Amino acid sequence: MADLTTEFLGIKSPNPFWLASAPPTDKEYNVRRAFEAGWGGVVWKTLGAEGPPVVNVNGPRYGAIYGADRRLLGLNNIELITDRPLQTNLDEITRVKADYPDRAIIVSIMVPCDEESWKAILPLVEATGADGIELNFGCPHGMAERGMGSAVGQVPEYIEMVTRWCKQYYSKPVIVKLTPNISDIRNPARAAFAGGADAVSLINTINSITSVDLDAMSPEPMIDGKGTHGGYCGPAVKPIAMNMVAEIARDPETYRKPISGIGGVTTWRDAAEFMALGAGNVQVCTAAMTYGFKVVQEMISGLSEWMDEKGHTSTSDFIGMAVPNVTDWQHLNLNYVTKAVIDQDACISCGRCYAACEDTSHQAIEMSEDRVFTVMDDECVACNLCVNVCPIEGCITMEEMAKGSIDPRTGETVKDYANWTTHPNNPGAVAAE
Amino acid sequence: MTQTGQTTASARNRVMTPGLAPARLAPQDLAEGFEDLHPAFDKHEAQVAADRCYFCHDAPCMTACPTSIDVPLFIRQIATGTEASAARTILEANILGGMCARVCPTETLCEEACVRMEAEGQPVEIGRLQRFATDAVLDAPHPFTRAAPTGKSVAVIGAGPAGLAAAHRLAMHGHAVTLYDARGKAGGLNEFGIAAYKSTDDFAAREVDWLLGIGGITLKTGARLGGGLDLETLRAAHDAVFLGIGLGGVNALGIPGEELATNAVDFIADLRQSGDLSTLPIGRNVVVIGGGMTAVDAAVQAKLLGAQSVILAYRRGRDAMPASEFEQSLAAAKGVQILEYVKPTALIGNGGRLREVEFEYTAVEDGALTGTGESLILPADQVFSAIGQTLIGAPAGLSVARGKITVTGAGRTGTDGLWAGGDCASGGDDLTVTAVAEGRDAAEDIHAFLTKEA
Repeated sequence: MADLTTEFLGIKSPNPFWLASAPPTDKEYNVRRAFEAGWGGVVWKTLGAEGPPVVNVNGPRYGAIYGADRRLLGLNNIELITDRPLQTNLDEITRVKADYPDRAIIVSIMVPCDEESWKAILPLVEATGADGIELNFGCPHGMAERGMGSAVGQVPEYIEMVTRWCKQYYSKPVIVKLTPNISDIRNPARAAFAGGADAVSLINTINSITSVDLDAMSPEPMIDGKGTHGGYCGPAVKPIAMNMVAEIARDPETYRKPISGIGGVTTWRDAAEFMALGAGNVQVCTAAMTYGFKVVQEMISGLSEWMDEKGHTSTSDFIGMAVPNVTDWQHLNLNYVTKAVIDQDACISCGRCYAACEDTSHQAIEMSEDRVFTVMDDECVACNLCVNVCPIEGCITMEEMAKGSIDPRTGETVKDYANWTTHPNNPGAVAAE
Repeated sequence: MTQTGQTTASARNRVMTPGLAPARLAPQDLAEGFEDLHPAFDKHEAQVAADRCYFCHDAPCMTACPTSIDVPLFIRQIATGTEASAARTILEANILGGMCARVCPTETLCEEACVRMEAEGQPVEIGRLQRFATDAVLDAPHPFTRAAPTGKSVAVIGAGPAGLAAAHRLAMHGHAVTLYDARGKAGGLNEFGIAAYKSTDDFAAREVDWLLGIGGITLKTGARLGGGLDLETLRAAHDAVFLGIGLGGVNALGIPGEELATNAVDFIADLRQSGDLSTLPIGRNVVVIGGGMTAVDAAVQAKLLGAQSVILAYRRGRDAMPASEFEQSLAAAKGVQILEYVKPTALIGNGGRLREVEFEYTAVEDGALTGTGESLILPADQVFSAIGQTLIGAPAGLSVARGKITVTGAGRTGTDGLWAGGDCASGGDDLTVTAVAEGRDAAEDIHAFLTKEA
């Protein structure tokens, strides 16, 4: 069984699975049980400035969307930062860290965007012995209306400024948590690193309305007949999160900078994918909120089994391994030709591939009277839609055509690598040497 | 086509042959009948089945399992494509997880407890998923490693489920284990009991070989307690002894003509060890007396061997039968007739050959079984008696109550250095999975005892 010990910003944890700053990490009682269940670290639920704590709504805080069999795919929330007194949290963090020196404890912080507020809270957090801090520049609801959370994360100059204060008044690693509610994620990431951040973590939740009550004509979760946008998370946001992680990982300005990956991590595979795209570890919330702390056990055994299979002896072996293969569209090989192939033994004759191809794609699948479905290579553009809609994994595959063979659709010979930058149809093409 | 017609006609003739006759069915019909009762899932089926698991908190299925397998975790591991991890989760709790996946009455254990039963009346197919996960590891290197040798040695008597589980756990902890069995082959009821269609492809023997892959276990077969094997000698030679000798005897019918009956346990054992089912003689009219799993296993297999009529006769109603509803339905589906409220009064033969069985109808009044005085005679060429097994060969000096060696805690017999578990010991149901749990727990207790002493 591969050793999952992971070092992130010099902070060692027995595995790369940290609980994200969220309700599961709001109190000592939970964090202790999370550690007992096997979590490698936690980012404590966001602390606010000293004084009367924030208040939460007293109606529903969460909304959800479901897949088949009521599987929770996406969750949104309108909960604010911790609503417990600052000192209570600080005392608890101190106690838990003392008892779990081998686990990572990061403290999430969100205070008003002025130097005094940060200068006031940082020494208090430093005194807990926690391993680092995470700046919550991401929450898109409630606190953003008060000029905090994503309101800061959407302004790179603010990110850089606050990060600088934190590096000035705090001695340990500073992680900046980014909001995805922005057009180009690279700008806030660059600003964070310009301000001296040790790492960025992303994504925080996405502005969302999960559903509308059609009787009350109100968004859900509904509070006395009204709703507000919440922060969206869970398996549904993973593709958005992974793209943003990859964008930062391959940006020359932030290349090889530490990233903590967040967004829909539910299984070992999700974690491995984030890490392959450059995340040094992952943070998890919705999976724990859906299945309980124990869910980490599958992540641990699964990642370990996969690493053994691949011969990886440390998580650092594969972190960022997929980054060089994330490229721009213009660099994709236009001479890479594949055709869909349907395995007739695996096919259950549902016809979904046919409907998808015939009605919405390239009319490249033939259906016989006795419901045998076959691909017409002279029509197939290899779009992959049939693979995606097929209910049987592995039934339809895309087979690469060998170089030198003739693509029956175009009548052209499959040639060596060539991309759009040199394509004759590209007005801006550079002539190949 | 002509050929098939001929085969059918001749097979029909063989079915009609009175008395005992082998090969009542054509070879392909025999083979089909004895195919895997629950065929293995392929990967797609396993994924679909695994997808139904809710990953319940403090899962009822796990609580219902005598070995406390972490069912939600192993199913999630299947769902995420990590079957080796799933197998490990199962085998850490139950080293005979492969056999238990085949023979456990899941419908009264984990699957009965599944919350999907409450929701839809259809449980997650835990047994078949367990088989899917464990099948994958049988051909892989043994997944557990043995601790450094402790210098301690333990004798395990009986290589059935309890003894095998104890031996494996003790060997894993680094103790040297000598595993004795009275028969010529290890496996106990896994190998000699249980219907053949529940353990196909020589699974029991392959599982034993795989289990012994942990190392540190010396298997000695043909060594019976009281027949060359002496408990006091073993206790002197080893640091601890575990008894997992099972129930070696069978209850007698206690009626006239008893000698004309065949013991169902022996019938099942002979069938399991037969290399060619077409050589096994079976009656045209078979009667099985009893209402437990052994009775059902015998009845169904008699039918599968080609008996024209098989009647399973039980002295009480179906609801009182120890065989589960699933087993009763299986018997009915295979063509066994279940006859309730009859008790045998005599086996009647002719020149040493059984001809018929006489029964008396029964009634239950205030929980007590009484005969009604009315009788019934069934024609029978063969009667299998399956009215329970009994403890024989228990070493003298041990406390025996209600036909079981009395144990407390994790199999402690009260005699220094002597533990017992499985069917021979008190506590728990007589199930493979219970025997595994008892063997495992006794091994842990022995390990604690041996390491404390050191």
